[in-house]
Amino acid sequence: MIRANSPILLEVRGLRANVAGVEILKGIDITVRAGEVHAIMGRNGSGKSTLAKALAGHPAYEVTSGTAVFEGRNVLEMAPEDRARAGLFLGFQYPVEIAGLSNAAFLRLAYNTVQGIRGQEELDPLEFDDHVRAKMKLLEMDAGFLERSVNDGFSGGEKKRNEILQMALLEPRLAILDETDSGLDIDALRVVAAGVNRLLTPQNAVVLVTHYQRMLNYIVPDYVHVMEGGRIVKTGGKDLAVELEARGYDWVTGEVAA
Amino acid sequence: MNTTVAGAPHPYITALLGGCEPAREKLAWLAERRAAALERANALTVPTTRDEEWRFTDITPLTRVPLRAAVPGPRPQAGDIERFAVAEAGIRLTFVDGAFAPELSEYAQLPHGVVVASLAAGLGSHGALIERHLARHARFEQDVFAALNTAHLRDGALIWVAKNGRCPAPIHVLHLATQDGVATYPRCLVVAEAGAELTLIEDYASLAPGPYLTDAVAEIAVGERARVRHVRLQREAGAAFHIAACAVALSRDGSYSSHAVTLGARISRHNLSVRQEGEGAEARLEGLTLISGRQLADTHTALEHGRPNGRSRQLHKCVVGGAAHAVFSGKIMVAPGAQLTNSAQESRNLLLSDKAHVDTKPQLEIFADDVKCAHGATVGQLEAEPLFYLRSRGLPEQGARNLLTYAFAAEIVDRIPVPSLVTQLRESVLAETGSAE
Repeated sequence: MIRANSPILLEVRGLRANVAGVEILKGIDITVRAGEVHAIMGRNGSGKSTLAKALAGHPAYEVTSGTAVFEGRNVLEMAPEDRARAGLFLGFQYPVEIAGLSNAAFLRLAYNTVQGIRGQEELDPLEFDDHVRAKMKLLEMDAGFLERSVNDGFSGGEKKRNEILQMALLEPRLAILDETDSGLDIDALRVVAAGVNRLLTPQNAVVLVTHYQRMLNYIVPDYVHVMEGGRIVKTGGKDLAVELEARGYDWVTGEVAA
Repeated sequence: MNTTVAGAPHPYITALLGGCEPAREKLAWLAERRAAALERANALTVPTTRDEEWRFTDITPLTRVPLRAAVPGPRPQAGDIERFAVAEAGIRLTFVDGAFAPELSEYAQLPHGVVVASLAAGLGSHGALIERHLARHARFEQDVFAALNTAHLRDGALIWVAKNGRCPAPIHVLHLATQDGVATYPRCLVVAEAGAELTLIEDYASLAPGPYLTDAVAEIAVGERARVRHVRLQREAGAAFHIAACAVALSRDGSYSSHAVTLGARISRHNLSVRQEGEGAEARLEGLTLISGRQLADTHTALEHGRPNGRSRQLHKCVVGGAAHAVFSGKIMVAPGAQLTNSAQESRNLLLSDKAHVDTKPQLEIFADDVKCAHGATVGQLEAEPLFYLRSRGLPEQGARNLLTYAFAAEIVDRIPVPSLVTQLRESVLAETGSAE
């Protein structure tokens, strides 16, 4: 929900970034306030995922200029783990499989690390088990998820649920969800979207990076940004997403070119 | 394996044979075998990197350490060895510097049809059985270290399970080094008769910092339909030398699984040879080498499919940190006539630093035409994506690296059929990965 006077969580100005020496982001400006839902849309290759990864600190994404201030701190100077601890969360488009590491151990380690840094109570395995099971219920995940290796052999939908479960556990101030809708069937999409909605509060914010409008039927954005060629070329309200769905991206990029 | 020298024996071998008197056994067969081994030890020389079987492993540092035969020293107390205890193992034989330590052993309550004893004691009661197997499976003709061990053969562990007998609890054979500057010759003989089942934990640990030499030989005979699970822990001191041979003979439909974990020693070598002598036998070989600093750990396995319908699965993993050097050589042989053999071998290696080094060498020798044999080897470093994934969840970089290293090793550790060892090893793997840089 838009609240003009609510505090700014993230302010990105003139962000440029390279991947393997090629400039992908060519000057991004975006402001996200507490309580807001933003959608970043665009064609494949427009730079959406690069923006998400650059903000989360992926080492392969080299920021060449610009600033990204998250709750008063320049996150571009912070290690990825420090960004996470500060309350920035990236939901991965392709969650990584880690055979040999149990999901339960991984989730608890991540949870306790962040809790410890925030000066909050860490949980022992039994306490954590109760805690995580309650969160899993929201995402209609069965307990078997805990015993399996992290994302190892998970279906596309299971991986995305596991991402949102991590978001639910880490309680970030700002979650950037990169193509969380891809690979989800309609039922899974509904469950995941409901999970995200339940996590939204006036104090936090979500940036949805997506190619399609369909997830935005469930998580209604306050702002829709359209990216093209490494820039945000149009910003509007939720109706913009509907229009994009009906008219395609050519319409926006054509308008910009004209 | 080693070159034979004409003329004078190698001075180093001579030194190691000091204190090894000519056999004066009451048992003629044993005297004969020891004498044959002594003769071979004298004839063979210390292997060098010019020997094909030792080309990656330079044992020159070992030959620079003067070693004497171990003499009985002060025995450790029960409290000293508590940390090596394995919770599930109700039966334990402890050897201190090669000598049987009954007071540190537990073998009074044995299931019916199970013999766990020192070889020396067993020779009296089970001489015929021992004669059939001892120094029969582990060949010493071309292996100077096996020859040295056999020439020194005085005592060791004897495990026997009768036909269709079961030993439900794992049997722990703990070889403890307590003295520096000595060479010891641990020996272990395991016989599982037809249909028998047992789990052996062969464990090399230390209370001394080293250098010392452990020259060990184990022989395992798996009868028809018998099933032997073999956990092997090499957790010697950091300055130790450990050279060991294990020979396994599988009868028809016998099943053998090896879970060998190598953590310790400055230089170590493990020769595992498994021969499928009966049809339909099954072998599963799993190995984990986790080393750092300046350690060198060499695993040589030879799997011989001698009869039709044999199966084997092998997975060997090395995690190498610091300036350490791991070697894996895995030979699979399929004899003529061993049709329908199904064999798969995989060597996976993780290098944690730029100076870490691994040599991996699969060797297939197939003389039958209707077989399925797969093999593969990978060498790599920790990947960037999983590392970023963990860091993006708040884990510190080093912690994330350790966790990924742990996950790599976990595949082997988690399949060890002794739960308390899994827990214990998980912890030591985590600790080791934390200090492996």
